[in-house]
Amino acid sequence: MADRTPGQNQPRITRRGFFQKALATASVAAGAELLTGFPLVWAQRLKDITLLQVGGSYSAIIDIARQATKDLGFKIEMQNAVTDALVNRVATQPKSLDIADIEYWMMGKLLPRQVLQGIDLQRFKYWGKVVPIFTKGEYPDGRKVSQQGVSPYEVQYLEKPNSTALAKGPTRWATLIPTLYNADTLGIRPDLVNRPIAHWHELFHPEFKGRAAILDVPSIGIMDAAMAIESRGDITYGDKGNMTQEEIDKTIKILIDLKKAGHFRAFWTTFDESVNLMTSGEVVIQSMWSPAVTAVRARGIPCYYTPLQEGYRAWAVGLGLMAHLSGLKLDAAYEYLNWYQSGWQGGFIAKQGYYSSVPETVKQFLTPEEWNYWYEGKPAQSEIKDPYGNHMENAGHVRDGGSLWERMGKVACWNTVMDENRHMVRKWNEFVAA
Amino acid sequence: MKLSPRIVPYLQVAPLTAVLLVFLGIPLAVVVAVSFFDYDDFAVRPAFILRNYLELFGSSLTYTLYLKTLTYAAVVWALTLAIGFTVAYFLAFHVRTFLWQMALFLLCTVPFWTSNVIRMISWIPFLGLNGIFNQTLITLGVVDKPLEFLLFSDVAVVIAYVHLFTLFMIVPIFNSMARIDRAIIEAAVDAGANAWQVIREVVLPLSKSGIALGSIFVVTLVMGDFFVVKIMSGGQSASVVLAMSNEIALLQYPPAAASAVVLMVMVMLMVAAILRLVDVRKELSG
Repeated sequence: MADRTPGQNQPRITRRGFFQKALATASVAAGAELLTGFPLVWAQRLKDITLLQVGGSYSAIIDIARQATKDLGFKIEMQNAVTDALVNRVATQPKSLDIADIEYWMMGKLLPRQVLQGIDLQRFKYWGKVVPIFTKGEYPDGRKVSQQGVSPYEVQYLEKPNSTALAKGPTRWATLIPTLYNADTLGIRPDLVNRPIAHWHELFHPEFKGRAAILDVPSIGIMDAAMAIESRGDITYGDKGNMTQEEIDKTIKILIDLKKAGHFRAFWTTFDESVNLMTSGEVVIQSMWSPAVTAVRARGIPCYYTPLQEGYRAWAVGLGLMAHLSGLKLDAAYEYLNWYQSGWQGGFIAKQGYYSSVPETVKQFLTPEEWNYWYEGKPAQSEIKDPYGNHMENAGHVRDGGSLWERMGKVACWNTVMDENRHMVRKWNEFVAA
Repeated sequence: MKLSPRIVPYLQVAPLTAVLLVFLGIPLAVVVAVSFFDYDDFAVRPAFILRNYLELFGSSLTYTLYLKTLTYAAVVWALTLAIGFTVAYFLAFHVRTFLWQMALFLLCTVPFWTSNVIRMISWIPFLGLNGIFNQTLITLGVVDKPLEFLLFSDVAVVIAYVHLFTLFMIVPIFNSMARIDRAIIEAAVDAGANAWQVIREVVLPLSKSGIALGSIFVVTLVMGDFFVVKIMSGGQSASVVLAMSNEIALLQYPPAAASAVVLMVMVMLMVAAILRLVDVRKELSG
């Protein structure tokens, strides 16, 4: 094997030849799904390939790996890691995985470390169908998406395949292939709150003293706090997603005062904690994740993911190719990316309340009723089930916040990592210790 | 071939030395080295700078955290000692047959057949606002609304620590007490000592090594914990290690390493102080 640097220095002719052959065979086997067109030799060698994807539990789901393995003919393995562990692993042990299943805001930390390689969009066949939030930084109606925090578009394109410089506009090279995204808001217990909640500042309302919670992941928690603080009119931020030291200090001061007054019942870090806080009634209003709301409802306890006038805090996840991938393994990785966005995965995660970046392909993997419920925000025609066939909602229920674009169209800010991150973390620790 | 007698003891300790060196010595040396490194958001750079330590000692947060953690350690130590000593005393002196002693001793370990995490988390439904304890109090008419301070508070943290760590006190103290010669106690009683005097003048001094060992376990476990604090305080309280884990989460290894070195020195000093008060080795061999 010749000494190869990661990425683009492989023998191009072989690969081009391979793709031509693959294409030719694929067109012969017209109508067959996906990857049926490998020439025999390649197919034989591909069989021995294993790709390891590491991501959050909400994204790197074993069922997706099983289906991919079945459809592709080579092996996909998945491992889960919580947010912090995930960044740590990708940054410090880049060779221990092949596909990074990560959030967009992590790019700021990972890009300069050169652990990922640029993704050649010419080899990804669905780029034209990806929602414009990612490709153009716009909504389908042409409005610009909020740039507060790390918006995916800001970190979507690279100047050159292996550069650490982000491109201002679209190029051929992507940092990540966007996979799933959602808009987060406050979860409430309508039976215990007893009135409509329409603003973020309700999180700090004295009425909910000792019954409110926020999440203790500094980079996300501070965003929820900032949404509430700005909504209350205490501070108007230049950019909530990239606060100045002074803004951070003021924000933490407000939080510490609230904490000392006994406003917060708890801070949570894991999905399960947030579900338990809500289910047990310890907390009636808190920052929450969409599937957590569903999990509370699945236990027969009312919980509402309330749309707020100031908008949502959004996040997006994508797949990145690790820098060490090359040759056949890299080819397999591209095939996997193409499989990933061909619809099966999108259909699976739709039933968990997440959106796919290529909704068009998802449609064929959902029933029309499911599509109307999850993507169009229409009342459920029949019982809504989760990906595993368990009961989720009764007929007639309408998804909180409405259709895809009603929700994603109101993004106020994105999950973030700030320039003043170090200062922020120290202040956040002070808040927790206060 | 016959080995020279001078080499034999070295060979005997060699395996343990090698294991300790590889799995303890080298990692510790790395932590100490990294604590002097420079870093930014993107990389950790080998260097020799004092910034991590200066920031650590310059921040009031450090002192708040140590005060908090030391308070936990002190309160938990006192409670586990009181409970541990009492239980061990009962087992050693009031349970007459060896069989029953062992049976009851095993009973103490029953909760430890499940994981730490489960034992800790099971307190949450018990102490919660709608938990069993509050419901009982309300039903009995003791209080009219649920007590909030029971869960997600320092009280909850201490309860969980005491529950988790008392056994570490019971075992060494019971071990020490079991070795006390009954004749000494008879002699004390014959000499006119009452029960309290026997405990204070005879049992307590002779259990010192057990108490010291138990104290080392409990204090080091509390000082090094972040999980119990995090869960039981509902994330509202912090400890030294919790702050460290936040730094690691953000890839800030050098300050986390500096913090670890300082904590290690602290704990070593505490253990040294305990060992200075009680010569454990002498007591054990005696």
